[in-house]
Amino acid sequence: MSLAGHPSPPIFKQGPTPLVRLAVLVSICLAMLVADLKFRYLEVVRQALSVATWPLQMAAAAPADFVRNAAVYFATLVEVQKDNSALRGRELEAAQRLLRFEQLEEENRRLRGLLDMGASVATKSVAAEILYDAPDPFDRKVILNRGSQQGVEAGMAVVNEQGMLGQVTRVYPVQAEVTLLTDKDQAVPVQVARNGLRGVLAGAGQGRLELRFTLSGADVRVGDRLVTSGLDGLFLAGLPVADVVSVDRDAQTFAVIVCEPVAGVERTTQVLLLGRAAPPPPRPVPEPEPEPRKGRKG
Amino acid sequence: MQPTHRSSRILLPAKTWFAWLSLLVALGLSYIPTGLTPGVPDWVALVLAFWSIREPLRVGMGAGFLFGVLVDIGHGAAMGQHALAYVVLCYLATSVSRRVLWFGPTQQALQMFPLLLLTQVIMVTVRLVAGAEFPGWWYFLSSLTSAALWVPLNYLLLLPQYQPVDRDDNRPI
Repeated sequence: MSLAGHPSPPIFKQGPTPLVRLAVLVSICLAMLVADLKFRYLEVVRQALSVATWPLQMAAAAPADFVRNAAVYFATLVEVQKDNSALRGRELEAAQRLLRFEQLEEENRRLRGLLDMGASVATKSVAAEILYDAPDPFDRKVILNRGSQQGVEAGMAVVNEQGMLGQVTRVYPVQAEVTLLTDKDQAVPVQVARNGLRGVLAGAGQGRLELRFTLSGADVRVGDRLVTSGLDGLFLAGLPVADVVSVDRDAQTFAVIVCEPVAGVERTTQVLLLGRAAPPPPRPVPEPEPEPRKGRKG
Repeated sequence: MQPTHRSSRILLPAKTWFAWLSLLVALGLSYIPTGLTPGVPDWVALVLAFWSIREPLRVGMGAGFLFGVLVDIGHGAAMGQHALAYVVLCYLATSVSRRVLWFGPTQQALQMFPLLLLTQVIMVTVRLVAGAEFPGWWYFLSSLTSAALWVPLNYLLLLPQYQPVDRDDNRPI
């Protein structure tokens, strides 16, 4: 094997030259990058190889877990008592709302039966905890401590008690990767809670969100609450997502609408994953248009 | 005592299993979840560069590719992002190895800094072309801390090669 920068005399040369090896490996890397970033072909390879790296990752995460648990261990008694009383108050409030909710759900079911509508979507949920930020600095992602073994599926919505945080994008056996709402590539179909106007919300950097492709004349005001519309067939409808912070109608066709996430997207630990228990019904196939007949010569 | 080409000290040959073990340990260190803390050194790149300079016949672009892919998987980065950067790093480190070994560890660190910076520039370029957000200038702090760690790491990874085969008062090695 000859070395880069140190050519050996021809009689000792064996195998491809370093430059050739470099070119081959670089082209393999570029092909992998395109296949992964553009077409998402390599998810299977990633899942398979992550089994091999798993023990090492667990071992590496152990000191971080220890530090986190130590911080909890040294929490003072006063703090715990304060927390406890606040939680009791909230539980009382929640119990009262839950009673009312059960009654309403029963009523909803009966009314739906009377009107001959299909049953409302059954949901499933998994409670989880955010372990840490994903190490890749180019995305806004976090890692959860629940994975496919606990029933997490890609596409589930991630919420906390205030509203939506993001979406599960990659699932490992006992961990899951969540893309936060503030990520540039994360889009959520939403509607304005006040008037039902639909739009697409996407990350805009610096912890802000942007309501895209909304006409300048649209009825959106500062302070409006945006909730999921459920049109994508993945998210449940009605989860609070963001509040409108500023509306700029001077742009040409579309207004520039900046929003702020309702839930503290970048500083929360306990989350709930919500998904549909059954896949959404298939989209209706458009009927093939009848072949236009040739006009008869008259 | 300087283990460079200038010194008269003769080192034991490095063991292949030790090189691969050190690479595995570096991989484990890179998996420690530090979140988005700026300036976390790139352990795998450091150890790969070290072995590409010391043992270019054993650890080279193939190892760079393999460990790059493993880092990509562990970090959830784009597949091939670290692999591409490490392959280029190993190629350049191999090609400057004969020259770098004439200098002492501190001067070696100064020469490693541009190489480590280049690996980061490659990664940023790849992701920006793919449409990611710019992570901010603090991202490049990592190559500075990595280069600063070159001297202690150099000493640590050369330790097994310092040991004499068997102790003999008449032999100065």
